[in-house]
Amino acid sequence: MNAPATPLLQVENLKVHFPITAGLLQRRIGEVKAVDDVSFTIERGTTVGLVGESGSGKTTIGRALIRLVNPTGGTIRYNGKDITFLRESQFRPYRKKIQIIFQDPYNSLNPRLTIFKIISEALEIHFPALGLEQRRARVAELLGKVGLKPEHMDRYPHEFSGGQRQRIGIARALAVEPEFIVCDEPVSALDVSVQAQIVNLLQDLQEELGLTYLFIAHDLAVVEHISDFVLVMNQGKIVEAATAEAIYQNPQDPYTKRLLDAVPKI
Amino acid sequence: MTSVSGPLLKVNNLQVDFGSGDTVTHAVNDISFQIRDGETVAIVGESGSGKSVTALSLTRLLPTPPAHYVGGEILFNGRNTLALSENDLRKVRGKQIAYIFQEPGTSLNPVFTIEYQIAEAIQLHRPDVTDVRAEAIRALDLVGIRNPAQRLGDYPHQLSGGMQQRVMIAMALACQPKLLVADEPTTALDVTIQKQIMDLLRDIKVKTGMSIMLITHNFGIIADIADRVVVMFRGKIVEDGPTGEVLRHPKHPYTRALIDCVPKLGAKQRRLRAIDHAEIEASA
Repeated sequence: MNAPATPLLQVENLKVHFPITAGLLQRRIGEVKAVDDVSFTIERGTTVGLVGESGSGKTTIGRALIRLVNPTGGTIRYNGKDITFLRESQFRPYRKKIQIIFQDPYNSLNPRLTIFKIISEALEIHFPALGLEQRRARVAELLGKVGLKPEHMDRYPHEFSGGQRQRIGIARALAVEPEFIVCDEPVSALDVSVQAQIVNLLQDLQEELGLTYLFIAHDLAVVEHISDFVLVMNQGKIVEAATAEAIYQNPQDPYTKRLLDAVPKI
Repeated sequence: MTSVSGPLLKVNNLQVDFGSGDTVTHAVNDISFQIRDGETVAIVGESGSGKSVTALSLTRLLPTPPAHYVGGEILFNGRNTLALSENDLRKVRGKQIAYIFQEPGTSLNPVFTIEYQIAEAIQLHRPDVTDVRAEAIRALDLVGIRNPAQRLGDYPHQLSGGMQQRVMIAMALACQPKLLVADEPTTALDVTIQKQIMDLLRDIKVKTGMSIMLITHNFGIIADIADRVVVMFRGKIVEDGPTGEVLRHPKHPYTRALIDCVPKLGAKQRRLRAIDHAEIEASA
């Protein structure tokens, strides 16, 4: 067993570099250091916010954690175990523990599948013992958790608003009973009023299910609200790491100050 | 020409429906407001409140059907755009009322250079301009693009989202419109870029004295730029007043809810305020 002090996620010196190639033979002429020597930890049951502008590398970190991109170097420890370079078959159990919610609720749901099928796909893979009736019951329960109705499961994505689609994306992530969710700009594409509903829902679910979040966004106001701890990222590096309160009250890095300054004030 | 005493834009009892019969939706339902010369008016509301339909109606940009201009009038410089011929309307679109939209990436044509696209607008709306290239450079310079002469040869994909929106604004300004309609101009952009674009619009407003109609769902971005705010809820105007007054003392519960749901730095709220539509409907 792990000692209770082991953080859920420990990232050390993570590097993700993408090659720049040119010419007929796609010769490597350089590289983009999307994530360049980044370290942080996330304690169980907490939310760490990751904030930065487009191109800062924040989404690449999220994608590296769920293995949508392969790290170039460094280590990612999940519950004390090194998962950085596991083979796909060895990584499979972690796909159940680590889930992701995407930014764009319009492109992240397959338009040709019903809501039942969208959510149930993950159940078929990770809970093969469940029969159709059990899966329907489970999807109904999940829809209830995210504030939708069981009868919504036989509809298609186009019948839902942006906020409702994001709720469906959340239900899909919850289906496999994850411990850790990468929230990649989940509210950036939504109206401010709907943004508030989704942020509140994520907080409620965290309380109810003991979830751990990495919350990625470009808006420091939202990040400060939902996070216990905040990482500020610029050009592939973390330039400031502090509690949400300290980031707001006593920002150290000039880049953090610029982000704070950009938040609209009423 | 028309007298300058009246407001630049006067919308009276405008009603726009979508569909017909049993399935008709009153997207804009009997609204009236005005924009004076040099004034910036923000139209604030959620998705589906009718704010974009209002903006597009000004120059009859909505496809009919499904849209129907059922009633009211839109007086621009004293002339009702709803009654103008297509030919006369074309002289208003772009030349007198220019638009910038959300997602600048999809508004620009990917296969033409920046110069081509700005020049096209200038040649069409200002045939008297002889040096089109110089005019395009001036427009790019006005929107804060550095080395504008070198940027002219760029294609849209070579520019970031913020730069693309600047080019859209440059194109709109090149026609020297009387009214600039900015429909969610910063919604697809990072907050830092949002601030730059809003600062730019404020700058242009001061430099050119143009009127601006700013459409947004975010009360957070209007404080520094709008002179007046019009709040729309389900196709109707529920509040209309000076920006400072509306922000400090919102009269309608919907206005208050829209202001409250904007996340505030250091506010120490346990939960963000969400909008309870049923409650607002009941109290309205």
